[in-house]
Amino acid sequence: MLDSNKDSLKLEAMKRIVAMIARGKNASDLFPAVVKNVACKNIEVKKLVYVYLVRYAEEQQDLALLSISTFQRGLKDPNQLIRASALRVLSSIRVPIIVPIMMLAIKEAASDMSPYVRKTAAHAIPKLYSLDSDQKDQLIEVIEKLLADKTTLVAGSVVMAFEEVCPERIDLIHKNYRKLCNLLIDVEEWGQVVIINMLTRYARTQFLSPNQNESLLEENPEKAFYGSDEEDSKDDKPDAASLVKRKPYVMDPDHRLLLRNTKPLLQSRNAAVVMAVAQLYFHLAPKAEVGVIAKALVRLLRSHRSQGNWAAAKAALSVQGMFEPYLKSFYIRSTDPTQIKILKLEVLTNLANETNISTILREFQTYIRSMDKDFVAATIQAIGRCATNIGKVRDTCLNGLVQLLSNRDELVVAESVVVIKKLLQMQPSQHSEIIKHMAKLTDNIQVPMARASILWLIGEYCEHVPKIAPDVLRKMSKSFTGEEDIVKLQVINLAAKLYLTNSKQSKLLTQYVLNLAKYDQNYDIRDRARFIRQLIVPTEKSGALNKYAKKLFLAQKPAPILESSFKDRDHFQLGSLSHLLNAKAVGYQELPDWPDEAPDPSVRNVEVPCYEEEEEQEQVKKGKKKPPQDEGKGGSESSWEEGSVSESSSSESDSGSEAEESQSEPESKRRTTVRGRAGQPGRGLLPLSSGTTPLPCREVGRSSHPPPCTGLGLSSCPSLSILDQLITSQPQHVPTAFLPPSAQMLSPVFSTMKTYELLHRMAGEGLSVEYYFNRQPFPPDPHMVAVQIQFSNNTESEVKNLRVSEPKLVSGMRIQEFQEIAVEPSGSMVGIDTCPQLPGVNWAGSFSLWHVSSSTHSRQFYVSIQPPVGELMAPVFMSENEFKKEQSKLTGMSEITEKLTLLDKCQSDHTIVQRVTAAANHLHAPSFPTGRFAAKTVTSGSLILITLEQKEAARAHLTVNSEKMVIGTMLVQDISQALAQ
Amino acid sequence: MIHSLFLINCSGDIFLEKHWKSVVSQSVCDYFFEAQEKAADVENVPPVISTPHHYLISIYREKIFFVSVIQTEVPPLFVIEFLHRVADTFQDYFGECSETAIKDNVVIVYELLEEMLDNGFPLATESNILKELIKPPTILRSVVNSITGSSNMGETLPTGQLSNIPWRKAVVKYTNNEAYFDVIEEIDAIIDKSGSTVFAEIQGVIDSCIKLSGMPDLSLSFMNPRLLDDVSFHPCIRFKRWESERVLSFIPPDGNFRLISYRVSSQNLVAIPVYVKHIISFKENSSSGRFDVTIGPKQNMGKTVEGVIVTVHMPKAVLNMNLTSTQGSYTFDPVLKVLTWDIGKISPQKLPNLKGIVNLQSGAPKPEENPSLNIQFKIQQLAISGLKVNRLDMFGEKYKPFKGVKYITKAGKFQVRT
Repeated sequence: MLDSNKDSLKLEAMKRIVAMIARGKNASDLFPAVVKNVACKNIEVKKLVYVYLVRYAEEQQDLALLSISTFQRGLKDPNQLIRASALRVLSSIRVPIIVPIMMLAIKEAASDMSPYVRKTAAHAIPKLYSLDSDQKDQLIEVIEKLLADKTTLVAGSVVMAFEEVCPERIDLIHKNYRKLCNLLIDVEEWGQVVIINMLTRYARTQFLSPNQNESLLEENPEKAFYGSDEEDSKDDKPDAASLVKRKPYVMDPDHRLLLRNTKPLLQSRNAAVVMAVAQLYFHLAPKAEVGVIAKALVRLLRSHRSQGNWAAAKAALSVQGMFEPYLKSFYIRSTDPTQIKILKLEVLTNLANETNISTILREFQTYIRSMDKDFVAATIQAIGRCATNIGKVRDTCLNGLVQLLSNRDELVVAESVVVIKKLLQMQPSQHSEIIKHMAKLTDNIQVPMARASILWLIGEYCEHVPKIAPDVLRKMSKSFTGEEDIVKLQVINLAAKLYLTNSKQSKLLTQYVLNLAKYDQNYDIRDRARFIRQLIVPTEKSGALNKYAKKLFLAQKPAPILESSFKDRDHFQLGSLSHLLNAKAVGYQELPDWPDEAPDPSVRNVEVPCYEEEEEQEQVKKGKKKPPQDEGKGGSESSWEEGSVSESSSSESDSGSEAEESQSEPESKRRTTVRGRAGQPGRGLLPLSSGTTPLPCREVGRSSHPPPCTGLGLSSCPSLSILDQLITSQPQHVPTAFLPPSAQMLSPVFSTMKTYELLHRMAGEGLSVEYYFNRQPFPPDPHMVAVQIQFSNNTESEVKNLRVSEPKLVSGMRIQEFQEIAVEPSGSMVGIDTCPQLPGVNWAGSFSLWHVSSSTHSRQFYVSIQPPVGELMAPVFMSENEFKKEQSKLTGMSEITEKLTLLDKCQSDHTIVQRVTAAANHLHAPSFPTGRFAAKTVTSGSLILITLEQKEAARAHLTVNSEKMVIGTMLVQDISQALAQ
Repeated sequence: MIHSLFLINCSGDIFLEKHWKSVVSQSVCDYFFEAQEKAADVENVPPVISTPHHYLISIYREKIFFVSVIQTEVPPLFVIEFLHRVADTFQDYFGECSETAIKDNVVIVYELLEEMLDNGFPLATESNILKELIKPPTILRSVVNSITGSSNMGETLPTGQLSNIPWRKAVVKYTNNEAYFDVIEEIDAIIDKSGSTVFAEIQGVIDSCIKLSGMPDLSLSFMNPRLLDDVSFHPCIRFKRWESERVLSFIPPDGNFRLISYRVSSQNLVAIPVYVKHIISFKENSSSGRFDVTIGPKQNMGKTVEGVIVTVHMPKAVLNMNLTSTQGSYTFDPVLKVLTWDIGKISPQKLPNLKGIVNLQSGAPKPEENPSLNIQFKIQQLAISGLKVNRLDMFGEKYKPFKGVKYITKAGKFQVRT
């Protein structure tokens, strides 16, 4: 059937083969026939062939090579899904010969445009590594590259690869640490687990232990660590301040960031994520903060999936102390599986303290009557532990246990005897009654351990029960031959002790027992008998030891400490496989100890702009889903601040513009402070202010007041006024979620803003007019393009009544009128005399000239504005997928392609992006490496997509897709010009 | 990470195996069988078994053991959670996660497993994405496929995979736009002999069925959100909004999903809706005992208690039971020693009662402990905690959806000690 021409038959055949594989039957004979179909067009057949190949390629390496070329072709497919699956299969077939091909493919895919393909590449890395570990160095390079990737999709996978290939290269994480922390909440669940585990390790090496100043924290008990976030951040400040004074430990802000960003994940639905966060808190958080995970862990416990339950309970064991409020959650149901019962019991025992012991003991009483005998035994032991730990209830427990001695079940009795023995050791003198009672039991109890315990007890405290002890020995010596080894040993012990204390009554018995033991089958017993005989029976040969026999046997013995069998697993990372098994699993990585000295935190600093942009976008996309950021650390670390996203959008834009402010600083030498000006409208410094008072709305204009933004007239220089608009326009903009805020674009584009001259100084008789496109959305009407016109008066006298009169508009064009400027003072007065205007012009999709007659008081100048076509659009954010979809719609007529040669200086991606965005107001889609820009025309909203493909040797293909063909052509010209410069 | 997966049915047949790395022989499962034998009960099989070269992590669902083989250190909950996700996906695709369903759809199962894991690391587990990659089987589709020859594989990458909301498909269209929420609360309780509550707690979930076109942005608010003590969310929920306003704001996945699960704070007293009177006693030295159980409703805000089933695990010594019930029917399984009494609705006028004689094995000692009663019940149209949905608002789309909320209270692990 595989040779048939019909896809449906092939499919049927493949299905049968896959069913065979699934059942574990060998289908390798069919290899040649199947491999032929690897090039099949039908995607389902193809996938099934892939399944087959992955399963059997290892066994038939030579034949598998036949299929490689198909994958190599698949790697170049335009469909990202096919690219990805080709890479997946190629990397999965485990044929050592193709390692170089795989390496090449991975490298290529790591810089693929599609994040999905990049993710696949990340997956392929550990596969290749396991196939050929010599490639490590090269793979690390790829990992390093992928770690810098900003998409959430890739993050989890690449960290996974990192963990498998080079977990020791912690230095690779530095640069990406903050990014990972911030992205964490958006990464898919499985990725979160891996990242959190990795960050735990990272944090252990990079930060100081938060618990080294325990005492100090205790001095601040009011510190509301359990409180809500806001409280937290509020509290942090004063506390930090007071702590600093005494020079104690201050948590690294990055450490804090990690804790803060992982906290919401405690509420994930995925148990693994919750567990990961829990262990992170357990290992990294200050003691006082660990408590937050208790609630979440109790939730895990409850989940109906018993196994999860089990794991969680195990974890709970290590994290004791904080579960007190949830004590009752650990009460045991008769239907719980035994393992869980025992674990819960363990937790209950650990939680027991003086206040809750009575309730716990009452619970235990119920458990003792359970049908599950193992569980009963465990309960008795638990009672014993409670009794040792809490002195107050020791007597109660002991009495309870003694009652159990009359239980009909042997196991229960035996277990209680053992526990009682241990308890009695602590205070034997008061309990001779109990010992007597137990002595009587020797007749009934058959369990060797219990018998042995009783014998030991009697021997140890034979002074308290002088009458009974020899009697017991007598009985035992009768049955000596039939006893278990362990009992025999105790009988010998008892005999020896009695011989020493009460030799009159027991001398013969002891002799008898020792004789019996001498011919025992077990050499251990024979040895013991011989040894004891030499020690206690005085003969002429016996040495000095004889004198000390009493001391040897009847020395005070310290009471044993009843310990949990789960005690010693703390050294494994919580929630790990090793922790669960209490054995080191393959590949387990020790959690490093805290360093004594904090390593340099500055390694995590990253350059500012890329961060900000990314985060802003993140926030716009996500609405308000961002985790809270640290407000508390505020001004102290300014270098750190840019990395954090402030919560409200308004402060967001504020800091955004502040950043811009600093950028524009060098440009404007005449700059005064923005803030100060905003606060004091009529600052007397500018003589201008008195002159301009008639202006109606200059202050109001700032707060997004209707059109005439002449208010900006106050500003002392153009760049400042732009800043001003940033402040006004952004708050409006950010909430409109999915639209691309051009504000984001500004940061790269701003510095390259081009000014066009409208009226030269000479021609305008001292008045020069310039204009530029600020690429801001024009608030009153989104379909308009904002043009900023800047008048400067270079004459000695005042220019009055500046206005634009009678604009001659081409049909379909609209202009938002702006108000007349009453007075333009003479330049000589202060030297600052610019007055930017902001008319909005609707070019209605065309690009003809805009004739304006600019008239002053006495003169009229005719000027015309011709906008470069690139300014008539607004950037759009789109994912690669959308981009491709749109692009495929705009082919044929609407596609314009041009070949060009790139100059040397603009070879790099960065310059290209810069140049293109300078020429056209496009958004360089951040998710792909280079060459894709998207925008739409402001008026009609039709899409314009630019693709720039770099070919070898400085050649490049420029493609513009747009319905508006004319715009397209012009754009192509402009861009190629821009690139050629 | 996850090396291989074996599906094993109750009788110990390995009916499906899948390897993501090199092949691990089936014989590794022998360790599992060994452990299974040791643990008499299926529930008692340890989830993690260590073998010389591998570790086996298993879960038990719907009478199938999902046994995964791993080789290196990995958080065990990670694997367990993933296996559950696999089982959920099967359930979602085939309606049930049974051996027959898996065997019938073995190819789709294989394709799914291939998509879900790559090299042992989870790739796509969101059912919305998987459904775009591999269409779930329906009769109609198989007919269409056989005629047109089209495949049930998605040809393009699902858009959700790349976007920030991977749980939702890109183009969703419905003629009837509906959003349903089921608020389901379960009471976990342990009642002691005398009828006082040892421990009681309410666990709730909100399951949603959302069939809305486009990209709706929903926000769901409660009348009394303070009730919710500990909440875990579907990833779609914006945590920030919940923190600040106690509103669930989200762009929902398409179809059925669990929106949140929560626990009601333990300070609140839990109203136990039923009470049980019981006399269970075994006579010393005679091979019989008495069994008398009456169950009745407490004040339930006027709602009736339905679907009541009482299950009792009798002691091993019990041979048989001769009982008469005033309502419902009872069965006793002499092998497992489980008594099941299916009552149905409780009417307050006539309380259901079950009494009679318990026959014990002759010669066996009197059982130590009285068995505890596990009770199941259901109350429609009531959330026992008093949680109420206030309103659901939709943004981002123009149409008016049809909205509905349903409340159910159930017994969770409800146990009465006798």
